Amino acid sequence: MDAFGGPIWSMAASPSGSQLLVGCEDGSVKLFQVTPEKIQFERNFDRQKSRILSLSWHPSGTHVAAGSIDYISVFDVKSGSAIHKMLVDRQYMGVSKRKCIIWGVAFLSDGTVISVDSAGKVQFWDSATGTLVKNHLIANADVQSIAVSDQEDSFVVGTAEGTVFHFQLVSVTSNSSEKQWVRTKPFQHHTHDVRAVAHSPTALISGGTDTHLVIRPLMEKVEVKNYDAALRKITFPHRRLVSCAKKRQLLLFQFAHHLELWRLGSTVATGKNGDTLPLSKDADHLLHLKAKGPENIICSCISPCGSWIAYSTTSRFFLYRLNHEHDNISLQRVSKMPAFLRSALQILFSEDSTKLFVASNQGSLHVIRLLEGSFKHLHTFQPQSGTVESMCLLAVSPDGNWLAASGTSAGVHVYSVKHLKLHCTVPAYNFPVTALAIAPNTNNLVIAHSDQQVFEYSIPDKQYTEWSRTIQKQGFHHLWLQRDTPITHISFHPKRPMHILLHDAYMFCIIDKSLPLPNDKTLLYNPLPPTNESDVIRRRTAHAFKISKIYKPLLFMELLDERTLVAVERPLDDIIAQLPPPIKKKKFGT
Amino acid sequence: MVEEEKNLRVVRCGGSELNFRRAVFSADSKYIFCVSGDFIKVYSTATEECVHILQGHRHLVTGIQLNPNNHLQLYSCSFDGTIKLWDYIDGILIKTFIVGHKLHALFSLACAEDSVFVIINKEKPDIFQLVSVKLPRSSSQEIEAKELSIVLDYINQSPKCIAFGNEGQYVAAVRDFYLSVYFFKKKTTSRFTLSSSRNKKHAKNNFTCVACHPKEDCIATGHKDGKIRLWRNFDDEKKYTYTCLHWHHDLVMDLAFSVTGSSLLSGGRESVLVEWREATEKNKEFLPRLGATIVHISVSPAGDLFCTSHSDNKIIIIHRNLEASAVIQGLVKDSNIFTGLMIDPRTKALVLNGKPGHLQFYSLQSDKQLYNLDIIQQEYINDYGLIQIELTKAAFGCYGNWLATVEQRQEKETELELQMKLWMYNKKTQGFVLNTKINMPHEDHITDLCFCNAEKSENPTLVTASRDGHFKVWILTDDSDIYRKAVGWTCDFVGSYHKYQATNCCFSEDGSLLAVSFEEIVTIWDSETWELKCTFCQRAGKIRHLCFGRLTCSKYLLGATENGILCCWNLLSCALEWSAKLSVGVMEPDPNSENIAVVSQSPVGSDLFVFKPSEPRPLYIQKNISREEVQWGVFVPRDVPESFTSEAYQWLNRSQFYFLTKSQSLLTFSTTSPEEKLTPTSKQLLAEESLPTTPFYFILGKHRQQQQDEKLNKALENELEQLPLTENIPAISELLHTPAHVLPSASFLCSMFVNSLLLSTETKSAEEVPDDADMEEEKESDDSDEENNFTEEVQDTNTTDLGEDIIHQLSKSEEKELRKLRKVDYSWIAAL
Repeated sequence: MDAFGGPIWSMAASPSGSQLLVGCEDGSVKLFQVTPEKIQFERNFDRQKSRILSLSWHPSGTHVAAGSIDYISVFDVKSGSAIHKMLVDRQYMGVSKRKCIIWGVAFLSDGTVISVDSAGKVQFWDSATGTLVKNHLIANADVQSIAVSDQEDSFVVGTAEGTVFHFQLVSVTSNSSEKQWVRTKPFQHHTHDVRAVAHSPTALISGGTDTHLVIRPLMEKVEVKNYDAALRKITFPHRRLVSCAKKRQLLLFQFAHHLELWRLGSTVATGKNGDTLPLSKDADHLLHLKAKGPENIICSCISPCGSWIAYSTTSRFFLYRLNHEHDNISLQRVSKMPAFLRSALQILFSEDSTKLFVASNQGSLHVIRLLEGSFKHLHTFQPQSGTVESMCLLAVSPDGNWLAASGTSAGVHVYSVKHLKLHCTVPAYNFPVTALAIAPNTNNLVIAHSDQQVFEYSIPDKQYTEWSRTIQKQGFHHLWLQRDTPITHISFHPKRPMHILLHDAYMFCIIDKSLPLPNDKTLLYNPLPPTNESDVIRRRTAHAFKISKIYKPLLFMELLDERTLVAVERPLDDIIAQLPPPIKKKKFGT
Repeated sequence: MVEEEKNLRVVRCGGSELNFRRAVFSADSKYIFCVSGDFIKVYSTATEECVHILQGHRHLVTGIQLNPNNHLQLYSCSFDGTIKLWDYIDGILIKTFIVGHKLHALFSLACAEDSVFVIINKEKPDIFQLVSVKLPRSSSQEIEAKELSIVLDYINQSPKCIAFGNEGQYVAAVRDFYLSVYFFKKKTTSRFTLSSSRNKKHAKNNFTCVACHPKEDCIATGHKDGKIRLWRNFDDEKKYTYTCLHWHHDLVMDLAFSVTGSSLLSGGRESVLVEWREATEKNKEFLPRLGATIVHISVSPAGDLFCTSHSDNKIIIIHRNLEASAVIQGLVKDSNIFTGLMIDPRTKALVLNGKPGHLQFYSLQSDKQLYNLDIIQQEYINDYGLIQIELTKAAFGCYGNWLATVEQRQEKETELELQMKLWMYNKKTQGFVLNTKINMPHEDHITDLCFCNAEKSENPTLVTASRDGHFKVWILTDDSDIYRKAVGWTCDFVGSYHKYQATNCCFSEDGSLLAVSFEEIVTIWDSETWELKCTFCQRAGKIRHLCFGRLTCSKYLLGATENGILCCWNLLSCALEWSAKLSVGVMEPDPNSENIAVVSQSPVGSDLFVFKPSEPRPLYIQKNISREEVQWGVFVPRDVPESFTSEAYQWLNRSQFYFLTKSQSLLTFSTTSPEEKLTPTSKQLLAEESLPTTPFYFILGKHRQQQQDEKLNKALENELEQLPLTENIPAISELLHTPAHVLPSASFLCSMFVNSLLLSTETKSAEEVPDDADMEEEKESDDSDEENNFTEEVQDTNTTDLGEDIIHQLSKSEEKELRKLRKVDYSWIAAL
């Protein structure tokens, strides 16, 4: 649907959720009616001179503040006319800049409008009179984003210098009701522009060009000073971005707008533990597949045999057939995808590459049989009645009989692929699932949750396994529970049924179910015991968790065969090197 | 007199720290008060002059505060355990409260009317408490104030770490890594702790100072890493929040809010006063180049002035618009003294190293720095580990017409930068002007330099001795060109003796002989021909000090060696006259007599010996003049010679001996007893002390002389009673002795005053009898009241009220009228 105003710079939904405002390039502010069925144009507000960069509704829904270039307009929603036009000072540290861009506005219920602009100012306006109340110059560069808390007693702004400032409404004296906005703490967790900020009841969240999402808890709002009160810095999405064709040793990398297919190199040399061996055959870049259209790729997968690639954008699903002729490959798109395969949240191939499982964003699960160059829709598992939640994690058993699927909050459902029906549901748990896998032979489902708990559930028995019960009884090691990043992948060793291999962004862990569990007194991250110690001591100090933390951000790790493990690292320095240079700041003493 | 002489004591003489505590402004910003050793000095903010010295404490004064209930009074506390209340306008001690503990700081609050807060340490030496002291109301002058109640325990002893906020509703104290806030109403303490972990980011989180916003609930704290934190919401221990302001790169030494709270002032090692307007990081103003570390900042109650105290014993008064308006400079102490103590022959000022690269001229009489002479003339960069140019030697010559200075900088063993400068006194500008600059006058360190100060010498001569084995004679020569006459210094003669290092040089009094010591050997040279006359060698170690005897003892030469031998040679016989075993640290000849003072060092202390070179028996010995090593000493000629009859003190008749210890306290000898020194000199009014010779002065002239004979602390009325002379016209003394703020209007007094100056008629003498009777009555009431309530009430007295009173009852004699006025005044006080 087109707003007919050129590029859209800003949008804001009304507090009731029934109306949507759109700010356009040509200076028009358009109001749309939002109904469950459709979005309908309602009216145009008074047209402004230049583009509307920011919009904010008054909590009552009667007024709207719109930030433009050099001024802020306050509109009456009923009449659509501009009541006030508040001119913003272009002056910047005494130097007149050409333009002052209002990057963000916030309308408070008491009628105060807070604006942030490209001159580094945070300004408070009285919308009733259209006058400037207070001015805080906080940065030498643009202030780009603002977010107000629900109680309207604090807000957060993000600047192009990478600093996030917290403002609080504090009383002037303890025994007076007069309150004032005070800039309190600055946080410098970003190196580049902070493009977006959010204010949750207990934390400030910011993100920007430097690809980090930073969650800074507000200490005064945190009840217990536990690990939740610590700062979190999230760099990578908590989902799988790499898939692997074990048989052909192919890796498929998912980027925002393209896919890359690589064949792994190999070596013939041998060496000791810790050596880096020279490659006899370099890794090959086989394929660079650009996504059609401007949309981002949501998910992708390569089949274990390496002959199918599937990916999905927000609105389209693509399936490709790869033909391998010696070292050359050819790509062929499977056309005529059925209409229901519009977009997918997760794609998975069965172990023998004959079936394709697609979790659609409507909550249904599609099972498709793949034939040479064509496909056939087998079945669709409809979501449980009453839930609209879509599945975002899938796991299939190696024998191809069981399919496990998990949404963001509801429990894990296990379907029988043979009978095409729901087999059972794993008891619900409070925290979302971050990784799922079904063990070969035993068909035990291993589930990792975001609070770092790991469960093992026997699908045939429809109950938790004995080991899972033991570990729940005893509890995990406190250091294990304090890790920041969720487990993103689980796999198994085909010859060692007691081992579970799992990893997060910073560590790789093998859980040996045959060994005793660690308690809080033992060292969790024990390095390999020195060889000169006797076997008795070694056995005594060994416990079930064998952890390696040598990896810089680890994106993917998978067993290729019994003796080969592939790990994909993405060093942060490489990402930072690709970013535009940050704003130069004079550092004292340099 | 003889009794007084019995105890010759070592006393501190000025030069005490003005920057020990925050200076305090008077309510009208006319005066500024600062502690100065055992005294409190009252300076005028406009003229920088010291108006009063409030003396009475027997130990270091540690805190001063205006009386919040009467802004004409000042509280002070001291290590001697007393709190004193002063009337600073007249310089009168009103009351003394004896607390008993060593008081470290004083705070007064308007809301706590009869109590003040002090910092004491009761039991353990390092644990300090903030206690409130109830000041009992009593009429006696010395009152015991023993009612103490602890407010905060375990605090920092520095008053910078305590601040009262929001009209005394809470008190904030900082120490180490925490800020504690005590709320008086709720009687609760909140404590906020900063991270003190050893990692680099938080290692310097220590609190250094605290200030409270005058209007809002906001506390500003300074930190070791240069940050300033502004705390708000601190009445809630969970929801508290703070902002950081960061400009200083080194620790924040002091903080102060302006009176309205709209701006915050901070200062530190950078010597820059920073004004944070509206407490925002981007809106700040600077007053840079203040010369030395800012130690304290204070703000006048009227809000028009700030002042900063600096580590170089200086107070700068700064206008609201950040313009320095006045500088009060004491003796600069925070540098090494290389030049020793000298006396400028012109101003009789003490001259020594001052600020880095400067010579300071310090007036001993007025305890004030006269001026700074910039010798090195380079910007001083204060950075740790930087090797600076040091001013190492200086000497005056030709009655103060010439000044020679030597500066050196040595980065490595072989790289010596040496420069000698000769300065001429310019009568027009009344200052020294650089005349000659000599680069590398010697190959090695200059060990000594001296001018030939003989009266008859027509050509100024300077001798420098150096470690390179030479001594050089520099003379002033005609350096003229065709346009104007110019003079400059050139080297005239280079002497050496067997390649020994030259260590000392000295001219005889008449300038005919020059003695130069080469390590162990003393050589005597003829100053006319520069011929070596003779040598003395005692083989008793290298010569440290060398000097000729004066006046009748001019035939003697004295030398002190590093092995602790003092030798006296007779120049006529060229033989050793006598020698004594004395480890000499300082040897100074008195320019006005034959006496020579020697200070010997021993592990337990320093001893003083005064002797004449002609006889080895000392005139005077004072053991243990200081526990520390005495570094330098100097004789200062007295303006008015004293007349000590006792033989032991005769050496002090014409000159006074000042000496400087290693901790840089300037000491001297005094014969007056401490009690006499401490009696308040203060009852007299200011007008009498400093009257210029005007016709007005002659009116009062006789009266003054009589008064000098009086005991100073007697009431003025007594004088009148005892000396009913015609010159002592009561109306005049009445006019001059009654504080101006209780006098009736001038138009009313004028006729009375003029009348009183007219020739008295017979009737007047008759009237004098009742007058005296009146005065007796008055005296009684005065005695009971004056000491206690005088100044307090005086302030409350409404002048116009009184004026009306008097105008209504016009009586025959206006003198009597005024009596009555005073009587009315005081009886009214007594009623209260």
